[in-house]
Amino acid sequence: MSTLLRLATAGSVDDGKSTLVGRLLHDCKAILADQIAHVKTVSEARGGDFDFALLTDGLRAEREQGITIDVAYRYFATDKRSFILADCPGHVQYTRNTVTGASTADVVIILVDARHGVLEQTRRHLAVAGLLRVPHVVLAVNKIDLVGYDEAVFTKIAKEVNEVADHLGIADLQAIPVSALVGDNVVERSEQTPWYDGPTLLALLENANGRTDTSQQPLRFPVQYVIRPQTDDEYRDYRGYTGTVASGTVKVGDPVIVLPAGRRTSIAGIDRPVVTPTSTAVVERPSAIAGEAVTVRLADDIDVARGSVIVAAEASPGTRRELAATVSWLSDRPLTVGARVLIKHTTTTAQAIVTKITGALDLDTLGVIDAAELALNDIGKVQLKIAAPLAADPYSANTITGSFLLIDAHDGWTLAAGMIDDEEGELL
Amino acid sequence: MSTTVTELDALESESIFVFREVAAEFERPVILFSGGKDSIVMLHLARKAFAPAGVPFTLLHVDTGHNFPEVLAYRDAVVKELGLRLEVASVEEYIADGRLRERTDGTRNQLQTIPLLDAINSHRFDAVFGGGRRDEERARAKERIFSLRDEFGQWDPRNQRPELWSLYNGKHRPGEHVRVFPLSNWTELDIWNYIEREQIPLPSIYYAHERDVFERDGMLLAVGPYSQPREGETVTQRLVRYRTVGDMSCTGAVASTATTAADVVVEVAASEITERGATRADDRASEAAMEDRKREGYF
Repeated sequence: MSTLLRLATAGSVDDGKSTLVGRLLHDCKAILADQIAHVKTVSEARGGDFDFALLTDGLRAEREQGITIDVAYRYFATDKRSFILADCPGHVQYTRNTVTGASTADVVIILVDARHGVLEQTRRHLAVAGLLRVPHVVLAVNKIDLVGYDEAVFTKIAKEVNEVADHLGIADLQAIPVSALVGDNVVERSEQTPWYDGPTLLALLENANGRTDTSQQPLRFPVQYVIRPQTDDEYRDYRGYTGTVASGTVKVGDPVIVLPAGRRTSIAGIDRPVVTPTSTAVVERPSAIAGEAVTVRLADDIDVARGSVIVAAEASPGTRRELAATVSWLSDRPLTVGARVLIKHTTTTAQAIVTKITGALDLDTLGVIDAAELALNDIGKVQLKIAAPLAADPYSANTITGSFLLIDAHDGWTLAAGMIDDEEGELL
Repeated sequence: MSTTVTELDALESESIFVFREVAAEFERPVILFSGGKDSIVMLHLARKAFAPAGVPFTLLHVDTGHNFPEVLAYRDAVVKELGLRLEVASVEEYIADGRLRERTDGTRNQLQTIPLLDAINSHRFDAVFGGGRRDEERARAKERIFSLRDEFGQWDPRNQRPELWSLYNGKHRPGEHVRVFPLSNWTELDIWNYIEREQIPLPSIYYAHERDVFERDGMLLAVGPYSQPREGETVTQRLVRYRTVGDMSCTGAVASTATTAADVVVEVAASEITERGATRADDRASEAAMEDRKREGYF
């Protein structure tokens, strides 16, 4: 098992995300002397106590306004494992950055201010975590010191969030009462919450399962780039297809289908690069698993290019030119029916038309309501017609071949994060 | 057979994926190459990404004129050995012909921005690989792997594109370019572990050697043509190595006995001070020194 765990934080403005992250890093001794000295100097110059948020809020505007504007990535390790933490902003205006952080996360930590309880942003962030199928959600009920370490307050919030999470299909949610400022139940267990018998935040993170192992799933190998050295040496006729194994295991001799053409062939070789200060070559290897960047060669000389997907012959997803999908809309410009956009799906970028907006998620009722358009931060269901066939799976089956971006063809802005619906077409 | 990849292999695969995306989607990519350890690792990964073919990218060195001679020698040897194309943007030339003025403190890291942007414009580079890592510095922690820059090379940290899964969006309009950071998720310790594992040669200044140094602001600066002790600063010969390479006048050495990559791994793991905190005077200029430089087009 890889010991690396990817985390993202989410929550509303002023609920103390940056303070929690600063506290976590500080108490894990992940903050070095010069960084602490810097925060001390700045905190003192402002006439205040040590401000943990200054450890992560690195931008001028963030420090001036005391809010987080964009994702900051932090790296830390304990004796048990290492972590990549995406500290995401809470302001509704920056929800797209929360989606950014959560899209690669194994764990999302959602903060709620114990004094304010569940807010619309809490529901939105839970919906994002559910939609992206983040494996674990941690609810950190923060500022528990400011409500007198009252168990009833914690229980009420945890119950409400659990109900929302159930509705959204979030399988694993664990609630922890914390005070980021004081350090209760972050790294050290708090003596102020004897009624809480669960793990501290750090203990929970150290023991959480990482990403699902996808090496047992059917092979999906999107081709990124074709290597043809065309040199005079032993690689004169070399033709290798590079890519990262999206799921499954690729082995020499395996029967495969190359999509979208649908041609059958088999894996003739898998190559591993060997570079020395003076030479560049490859050696053969027997197999490669999900997550590995490799080069494969095929038994037959067929048309394969960037955008092709090599799939297991016995479990081909086929191709489709129409998709039903759930999207998180990330642009100030609303989405309307008939909009022409670009879709980026694995290594294919193609034109697409939005043929239907099926509905949008109502964050209060968590039901789907009719919608003529999708506005910034909306989560909705759409149907797309695409100018090229895509080798796509439902997101529930494969997060790589099931996800896509919608892009503005004019200015290149990323408009939406898309997840392909499964046959049931459930919103979440 | 193992069913998951190790951390270092996962980082390597992620970086290789990024190189291939850029090679496939951009017309004129370039690798910023300073001869420092991060750019050396970056080049090593780029070579792996396209083996057995060569690296399909040009190299660009923004040369401050205040380089360590060992680093320049390394740069030139690599270019020659691998048959690469190297472009040099020279800060020295800009100062000589008056397009830039020497700073009063004599340091030149800040002066690199304009020659860099001019080189990007004149060569019409559309993707520019940098070896920046998010663990280096507060502002760099905010950086996307694909970072769009406008026609002035500016970074707008408040309006970055969302970056989802591993779907990197390289779309840009004429005049804009994309900075690409394949080492974003690597830490200093990962870099050194990788250098050790892959046995990647580095310029000798990365390992412990005797050097005449003097102390300034808690840093050990080398005595050289660009940095001389001021009154009250005494020169001593110490056993030192460099954690970063850059402008000699503001890059500090650290006391060290590490003579191999494995020794350095041990020292880095035990260090109580960050790489930049230990060695970069220019980051101390203000609370947001790096952000301000990045906004102007610096890396």
